[in-house]
Amino acid sequence: MIITKEDVGRISTLARLDLREDDQSLFAQQLSGILRIIDALAEVDTEGMNQMVSPAGLTNVFREDIVLPSVDPEEALSNAPDREGAFFKVPRIMEVD
Amino acid sequence: MRPNELKAHELLPMIRRKEVTVEEAVTETLHRIAAIDGTIQAYITVAGEQALGKAKEADARLAKGEPARPLEGLPVAIKDNICTKGLRTTSASRYLEDFIPPYDATVVRRLEDAGAIIVGKTNLDEFAMGSSTENSAMFPTRNPWNLKRVPGGSSGGSAAAVIADEAVFALGSDTGGSIRQPASFCGIVGLKPSYGLVSRYGLIGYASSMDQIGPMTRDVKDCALVLRAIAGYDPSDSQSYPKELPDYTGCLVSDISGITVGVPKEFLEEGLSDTVKDAFMKALDKLEELGARIMEVSLPHSRHALAAYYVISSAEASSNLARLDGVRYGYRASGCEDSASMMAMSRGEGLGPEVKRRIVLGTYVLSAENHETYFNEALRVRSLIARDFREVFEACDCLVGPTSPTVAFEAGEKTRDPLEMYLSDVYTVPPNLAGIPGISVPCGFDEEGMPVGLQIMAKQYDEETLLRVAYTFEEATEFHKRRPEIQKGAHESAGGERSV
Repeated sequence: MIITKEDVGRISTLARLDLREDDQSLFAQQLSGILRIIDALAEVDTEGMNQMVSPAGLTNVFREDIVLPSVDPEEALSNAPDREGAFFKVPRIMEVD
Repeated sequence: MRPNELKAHELLPMIRRKEVTVEEAVTETLHRIAAIDGTIQAYITVAGEQALGKAKEADARLAKGEPARPLEGLPVAIKDNICTKGLRTTSASRYLEDFIPPYDATVVRRLEDAGAIIVGKTNLDEFAMGSSTENSAMFPTRNPWNLKRVPGGSSGGSAAAVIADEAVFALGSDTGGSIRQPASFCGIVGLKPSYGLVSRYGLIGYASSMDQIGPMTRDVKDCALVLRAIAGYDPSDSQSYPKELPDYTGCLVSDISGITVGVPKEFLEEGLSDTVKDAFMKALDKLEELGARIMEVSLPHSRHALAAYYVISSAEASSNLARLDGVRYGYRASGCEDSASMMAMSRGEGLGPEVKRRIVLGTYVLSAENHETYFNEALRVRSLIARDFREVFEACDCLVGPTSPTVAFEAGEKTRDPLEMYLSDVYTVPPNLAGIPGISVPCGFDEEGMPVGLQIMAKQYDEETLLRVAYTFEEATEFHKRRPEIQKGAHESAGGERSV
């Protein structure tokens, strides 16, 4: 597979990642090289194999529903770039008419 | 010898017998850092005052007659992607440059409960993505054996600190070789435990189905000592291994007679340098001489491991790093009109090129049209890789091979082509995909005096066999005793001075 500069632009929008024009071109070229290696996966006969998402082999790890102390709100907010009272503050989310 | 130059198992009894105070051990370590770290650049943050305070508390406890704890007074370096409450944790990213974690990682809690003293946080490739520590957004770390060369990565700061006497031992993290490859490049011992053995709680996640924290030490005995302290079930890590663990120091038996050692032929094929191959073949002869039965085996799907690894790790990274949104912590771009552009710009400005490349690759392989072709297929290939290992472990107790195809390379040599850099992890990636443990131990030096590492792998959760073989090999060899003579000033033409 070849990734074009336009592909990189589209993907980076999906990933909410602002990329400079020159980075988009460079990534397109580098990722095409990486995909040439990755494309070899298609040659492997994987008929009947499970998708291995984790090597732990655990399923449905349950625990008792017990209330335990958690991070103090002040501590949780201590790294916030911007805050108001007990809230994280962000620029506007909704479109304005 | 000064306390910071000793092995953990040598310094511990001296502290216990009060021949050395904890304050002395920590002070000497901080002196060494002050003297040499301008050259090595292993540390992002040095926690001098905090360490001295804790050292004095420990000495006061010992003076009162309280018993010494299992790692009492040992100066330890922590990779800077492991959260330390109240102590800056950057993951070597501009994005987290001022991040002060509100909690400790489980491994940090366990080390401090065992008496270890954190002296600082070590450099890494940004978010642990890289194999040379050159992807650090702060500065590169230099290899103490030759300052023009890289220390490996991503745990390059931890490896360099241990061999340069800037800590008695260190913690690293390993997703595709990030403990073992720098251990190999710096001539120390580095263990990636079985997936689930050591809690990941508080580790800044990169590829969560492969990430493991592990010890980086001066010998195998120290490795067992540290593993014993950090391993074990943790309810805060949903993939934590829930069973009782053995005392890993109990398996340090210098005897491998009757052990069957498999050599995967795929690990000796093209790309392996002659010097590394020579050192490895000699190590193999040594294992045979020590009574092991050597057997050639095949891991036919391992040649697809790197491809599967880059699909899976990038996919998991793109998902994991979605939390870097400029809202709750970390960098926020200024002057943005709405939240969506604030997030995109914060990530664009705060993250380095390798991290961005992997987010793009990961998003690409997870996108609707590619999900089946790339991501699901890589997970099926991963099953085959794990099955190959299970099959060979029916006939062998452990596997051996070189840790990395080459010795430490020159700074700048592989930074232009990401693919070239990825190839240095070709032998270390398969164990992460399969979840099995791997250790790198020193097994030789090339003609220029650069260390070579031997990788030993065992069945999942069979760290006992792994440590026994590693210990027996170490007892019969001298490679782990050699130390670098650091040529201050020799790096000056290499560039990359620390700027923070």
